[in-house]
Amino acid sequence: MGVKTKALKAAFPYTVPILAGFLFLGISYGFLMSSKGFSIIYPIFMSLLIFAGSMEFVTVNLLLSAFNPVAAFIMAIMVNARHIFYGISMLEKFSGLGLKKLYLIFGMCDESFSINCSAGIPRGVDKGWFMFFVTALNHFYWVSGATIGAVLGSFITFDTSGIEFVLTALFVVIFIEQWIGTKTHTPALSGVILSLATLIVFGPDNFMIPAMIFIVVFFVAIRKKGES
Amino acid sequence: MTVAESVITIAAVVAGTMLTRFIPFIVFPSGKKIPDTVKYLGGVLPYAVMGLLVVYSLKDVSLFSGSHGIPEALALILICVLHVWKRNMLLSIGAGTVLYMFLVQAVF
Repeated sequence: MGVKTKALKAAFPYTVPILAGFLFLGISYGFLMSSKGFSIIYPIFMSLLIFAGSMEFVTVNLLLSAFNPVAAFIMAIMVNARHIFYGISMLEKFSGLGLKKLYLIFGMCDESFSINCSAGIPRGVDKGWFMFFVTALNHFYWVSGATIGAVLGSFITFDTSGIEFVLTALFVVIFIEQWIGTKTHTPALSGVILSLATLIVFGPDNFMIPAMIFIVVFFVAIRKKGES
Repeated sequence: MTVAESVITIAAVVAGTMLTRFIPFIVFPSGKKIPDTVKYLGGVLPYAVMGLLVVYSLKDVSLFSGSHGIPEALALILICVLHVWKRNMLLSIGAGTVLYMFLVQAVF
């Protein structure tokens, strides 16, 4: 078996929950775009190039309001600021992967990051290709979903409400896996507690940036304390 | 919005999104020594971020209106119990999601 085939075979099972979630979410995104009167070209290119689910839903509204690219740019940074944490976490894991690295960074959505940072890659499987296929499969599911949704438009209707919970479930399961796999629970606990505290204070639309700031400040502080 | 304007808007969103993904790698290119504090953050952040993502994905749940977060709570309990017991990702995620969909569609 070639290096790539082996990596693809190892990566696929990890992406099955994403396959379910992204197809349905992508379809609803495609539905939404077509119901707002956009041609199929829009959801295809947006899902291909933005590849950040929540921001794509936000962009639908941006496209329907007054033209303001600067606001759109800033909005994208705010909504996706958490990706900065992903990058910091993957600095060492992505190093030395050549051109693959560019695609891995480009495609680092919540789900690709979650799998790539936590999956125990089996012995003998190439780390770079494994992460590449996790990312590429997720990307493929998302674009396929958006395209199917846009094509089918309003032809079919079935009740998929609640399907978005698959992503919550994925994050919770990875959280549990990480919890079982380590002895120090301070990082995981502080992530939950500081996020909950900022959510209560700042509300659901504005808590991410303060949460990230508090998390970084907290870790820098306990590290300093540990040194002295 | 004209076609040109929507293309520019989408390009701005792509640029903003990509900036958040690329900036750590631009600031700390491979070959350059990563400061110890950043290395340390790279080690602890994956755990904290997963907690943040769990909270983020549940952020719009309201405890004081609608279904009071009961479907979410029940599905989360099932996921935790199943996962600690069986350690099977697909089973935990699938069962939790199906229970949640059933609760929001048929019960609440």
